[in-house]
Amino acid sequence: MDKDEIRRALLRLSHQILEKNREIEDLVVVGIHRRGVTLAERISKMMEEIKGKKLPTATLDITLYRDDLTRIAYQPVVRNTNILFPIDDKKVVLVDDVLYTGRTVRAAIDALIDFGRPKKIELAVLIDRGHRELPIRADYVGKNIPTSSEEMVEVRVEELDGTDEVLILKRT
Amino acid sequence: MIFKRKDLLGMEELSKEEILFILKTAESFREVLERPIKKVPTLRGKTVVNLFFEPSTRTRMSFELAEKRLNADVLNFSTSNSSVIKGETLLDTARNILAMKVDCLVLRHPTPGAPHLLAKKLPVSVINAGDGAHEHPTQALLDLYTIRERKGGVEGLKIVIIGDIAHSRVARSNIWALQKLGAEVRVCAPPTLIPPLIEKMGVKVFYSQEDALKEVDIVMMLRIQKERQNTGLLPSLSEYIELFSLTEERLNLAKPDALIMHPGPVNRGIELPAKLADGKRSVILNQVTNGVAVRMAVLYLLLGKS
Repeated sequence: MDKDEIRRALLRLSHQILEKNREIEDLVVVGIHRRGVTLAERISKMMEEIKGKKLPTATLDITLYRDDLTRIAYQPVVRNTNILFPIDDKKVVLVDDVLYTGRTVRAAIDALIDFGRPKKIELAVLIDRGHRELPIRADYVGKNIPTSSEEMVEVRVEELDGTDEVLILKRT
Repeated sequence: MIFKRKDLLGMEELSKEEILFILKTAESFREVLERPIKKVPTLRGKTVVNLFFEPSTRTRMSFELAEKRLNADVLNFSTSNSSVIKGETLLDTARNILAMKVDCLVLRHPTPGAPHLLAKKLPVSVINAGDGAHEHPTQALLDLYTIRERKGGVEGLKIVIIGDIAHSRVARSNIWALQKLGAEVRVCAPPTLIPPLIEKMGVKVFYSQEDALKEVDIVMMLRIQKERQNTGLLPSLSEYIELFSLTEERLNLAKPDALIMHPGPVNRGIELPAKLADGKRSVILNQVTNGVAVRMAVLYLLLGKS
């Protein structure tokens, strides 16, 4: 996917979110570190342009909720979680770049619930590449990309990587 | 950066990069402490033993809380009700505890180097929670965290440590840590409480508080151990108070935004008057809060991997 395709996919996601959530009073957007945070900011901005109202946007780091800490050689860097508003009774749209095994989303849901009791949690992803290991699905998908497990899907964003693109790479 | 250490034994052995990495990680844990549910599942299934061969309230509670906030199982051990009185050696005590399958020992011991011995002999992580007059690394880390939080950084700051430098592990750990991060460190005490050759650590020695306080950014007071009064090191407590207790007048010699720190427990009216301990320049209770976050970061970095 190139820059323009990514932009159109995110715009479509934003419209879909707003179509399903006509009342945006209690809608909040939470991005999962790191690429999900960037995408959440963009989606939030697009929805603001459509609706003329700024939506509360937050960042979530799932490291402390991972299920594989006892299986990896070195601990991952813990990044900042920044949820500055109460999420009780809110509709939370969780945003990530790629949906794969579903384990990150599981961790994110557990983390969110430690912050309060949202009315509802929805999931928006730029890419769904399949291979789920948990009973999790996305509510909004930018693009479905069937992959083999030997492949890697890499999402690059301008803010962090200097360019907007989605690449499918062979695992080396 | 990847933090590769098995143990946290002291500030002397840590690099500047490692110190900054621990402090950065602690910021994320500081946020966890502000959540409605102040607990994360990170160390689920890990067991930590707090082995305290010396009395402690703050440090032991802080470690225990940090461990519980990370979901580790916690065992507390103190000398008064253990087999140590029956003559068991430190290494035997530790090996017996390890035989029960634990992952980490947090050790406070009156003998300098005791945690280093356990770290060398045992396969599990060892955290030094104070070894004699040698080191108390998590105290130095929480002090650095508090200074950075308030001052934005440590580089270029002037810091004076006042009190019983000779018997203080807090002083030693802080001298190493603060210098690595680029601060100028002064120590100030009566000559009997300044250890010989301390200048070799790169600090400036002052015997008068008035000189030591000039233009400093941080005033770090140490507890005067009243039990040492009869050892001849202090002619009298009232003389010490007269010459070395922090007063508002003396504090005026420091920078106008200078902060007061103290590792606790505070002897009100000896190291400083209650008015200053509770005043707006005191960050003593912030230090205590940050201590939990810093210890969570250390536990995560040592145990949050296979």
